[in-house]
Amino acid sequence: MTLPKPPVPVTVIGGYLGAGKTTLVNNLLRAANGLRLAVLVNEFGTLPIDADLIEARDEEMIAITGGCICCSYGSDLVAALISMARREPGPDQILVETSGVALPGAVASALTLVAGLALDAVVVLADSETVRERAEDRYTGDTIKRQLVDADIILLNKTDLLDPAAREGVRGWLQSTAPRARIVTTLHARVPRALLIAGEGRPPATATGSDRDMSVLEPHGHAHHWDAGGHDSASFTVSHPVDPERLASILAHDVPALVRAKGFLPGADGQLYTLQLVGRRWTIARAPEMTAGAGRIVAISAGEPLDVAAVEAALAAARS
Amino acid sequence: MTTIFRARRILTMNPSRPEATHVALRDGRILGAGSLDELEGWGPYSLDDRFADKVLMPGFVEGHSHASEGAMWRFVYCGYFDRMDPGGKVWPGARSVEAVVTRLQEANAKLDAPDKALSGWGLDPIYYNNQRMTRGDLDRVSTTRPIGIIHASGHILQVNSKALELAGLLRTGVNHPGVPLGNDGLPTGELKGPDAMTPVSPLVGLDRGLMATDEWGLRQFARLCVRTGVTTATDLANLLEDEAVGMMLRVAAEDTYPLRLVSLRVFRNTTVAGLIEHAVRLKKRSIDRLRLGIVKIVADGSIQGFSARLKWPGYYNGAPNGLWYVPPEHLREAYRLALEAGVQIHTHTNGDEATELVLDCVEEALRKSPTPDHRFTLQHCQLADAAQYRRMRNLGMCVNLFPNHHFHWGDQHYTLTVGPERAERMNPCATALANGVPLAIHSDAPVTPLGPLFTAWCAVNRRTASGRVLGEAERISVADALRTITLGAAYTLKLDGEIGSIETGKRADFAVLEDDPTDIGADRLKDVRVWGTVQAGRVFPASEA
Repeated sequence: MTLPKPPVPVTVIGGYLGAGKTTLVNNLLRAANGLRLAVLVNEFGTLPIDADLIEARDEEMIAITGGCICCSYGSDLVAALISMARREPGPDQILVETSGVALPGAVASALTLVAGLALDAVVVLADSETVRERAEDRYTGDTIKRQLVDADIILLNKTDLLDPAAREGVRGWLQSTAPRARIVTTLHARVPRALLIAGEGRPPATATGSDRDMSVLEPHGHAHHWDAGGHDSASFTVSHPVDPERLASILAHDVPALVRAKGFLPGADGQLYTLQLVGRRWTIARAPEMTAGAGRIVAISAGEPLDVAAVEAALAAARS
Repeated sequence: MTTIFRARRILTMNPSRPEATHVALRDGRILGAGSLDELEGWGPYSLDDRFADKVLMPGFVEGHSHASEGAMWRFVYCGYFDRMDPGGKVWPGARSVEAVVTRLQEANAKLDAPDKALSGWGLDPIYYNNQRMTRGDLDRVSTTRPIGIIHASGHILQVNSKALELAGLLRTGVNHPGVPLGNDGLPTGELKGPDAMTPVSPLVGLDRGLMATDEWGLRQFARLCVRTGVTTATDLANLLEDEAVGMMLRVAAEDTYPLRLVSLRVFRNTTVAGLIEHAVRLKKRSIDRLRLGIVKIVADGSIQGFSARLKWPGYYNGAPNGLWYVPPEHLREAYRLALEAGVQIHTHTNGDEATELVLDCVEEALRKSPTPDHRFTLQHCQLADAAQYRRMRNLGMCVNLFPNHHFHWGDQHYTLTVGPERAERMNPCATALANGVPLAIHSDAPVTPLGPLFTAWCAVNRRTASGRVLGEAERISVADALRTITLGAAYTLKLDGEIGSIETGKRADFAVLEDDPTDIGADRLKDVRVWGTVQAGRVFPASEA
């Protein structure tokens, strides 16, 4: 029996001109660490990939160190996505850098037109120094606010340009503008790899059965830990049946600084469910047939240590 | 060798000598227009009487069309209104979903291979009491071949189940505003906007890339031009890649090609700097019948698609504001670089906010690089207000308005998109003229049919399809309309020194008419019969086009 190919996760990277989208893409390429990332950029001409990352280039595509690729899509994003979805072997993850005036939510919708792709996260960058002013621009202000509202995760970038009080001011404004988004502050668009790479911290297909396994996968000081803001993650065994929707809702709203969670959850009906949570949006689906064993989730926080007690409280509250 | 044509009447559009009975030609150009006596002074001549009962006008100039109108005729015409094909056959409008299905069934019966795509165009369900078409309707035509019909707007594609299946879209899980779903969770067969259309278009034979290099289509377009009195037409949005330019140069250079084509490089798939640089290179490749070097930029979407950018208070039905198709930063950079390089830019705006942004950006660019006579032109510019016309005048801009839109969709603008007051000010030709803004008017073919006399009729009468006169105060005179479809459009292309009027030194380009547009009556202007054209002295009867 051949398993159906799992969908390729797609990260939509939005934000206005100059917010740091290109820097983020280059950072992720540097941290790919064996993952084959495919980057689709709106830019034409000199593709905005750092020269030292480029292995080869032709008219259509740039080959990047470590098996990653980058190409321009111009006005034909869907055509580019189709050709990416058809590649053999396919990429492990696709990053779409949108145009500065695109609505990332519309791009996320467009993903559903292509079989074999699944949205992982909508990440919108905001330049902490200029975003509020730009959001008042008579021509582009509404576009910028709509971009922020579409985000699962807002990367509040260039925070070194502001004093702490101003930074908190922007942060508060962002959260009221985009209540659904989790906000992560960054410098030079440096983020924990685990925040945006979908495969990171992926639980094994067959969950192990220890009663309560709480380990920090990437503690501070670990080699992967290259972010400025700090991040944390832990995995939890879920040995009792839970209501997956209820658990997701509590994780999304009541666990501070939680940006991602994923794993397998045993439901009251004896079935195993997959949970994918990014920001405050989640999807729950029946786990593939081959999956077995106890439930397990990995939770990732950014900006502050993971509130392990809050996750455990969520698991207890969602018990069914 | 001098030829003198005698005509019933010659409307020259030369204000110094508005009328004549004879016109003398040499080497494809005009020696002069006047009486036979006056023209005899140019020396030996042969008198050509074939237009003795015709009315001559300067060849019409279509300032906003797309050569893809020609390629469309590869496909089955499914529009609501009667439409003439390049061979002169008038296809009756398909007045119901049933009529569209029947027409496609007829076409289907003529195709042999059961899996070959069947393509249609021109569909406009807005006239079917908004009865939407579904894949079920088209499945009655065929379940074995992919079928696709592009809507009149060009922004929606209607497909059958087979087409969805081949594109991998006949499944649940599609979640896109451009893809309505039925109760079964499957797409209904309507695909709105480029994202939704892209996966399916090539499968139903409607590939944009192929159309750009369609030599047959380019020839059909020219035939339509002959039939409508057009001797110079724009192809307003072309990537102008080398292969396409090579084909266009070859075809246009043929002795029998009856059209001067002005093809604009659209801003896509390149940087702003690359765009301007490409335009500079293209300009050098121009020949008489293929003019290159102008740039087209699209700033926003369409009003009926609710993707145009409107100023406050926005859409009448409360729809959210539309989308920017290009960041303001890119517009600013494009205008600045274009002024420095001497490149002309035509910018598509529909909503009044998009127009305002373009005016701001052009003003800023002009302050940095003051440039006389740039003739930057706003295309469509349908919703601009009077204050914006005053700014256009002050900035030296031209405008090319879309009166045909009024006829085809004016009723919807009145009731749905912008409401009564702003619907009446859409495409305000009288305001443009009163403010001294150089004016052209257009069809945007294939969106509406090519035909400058019809476009002129729309500007003169401002009647909608339902018969409502929309914006009586913005109607213009027949004389103004006729000048606009000749000299007016030529001016926006910087060709008014060469074409657009019948006077000494200009190209011998004529629209040859059976009826006199100045005495047929304003309400019948669209009914003026076109005999054919003369292009650079070459005679092209419509009957042989």
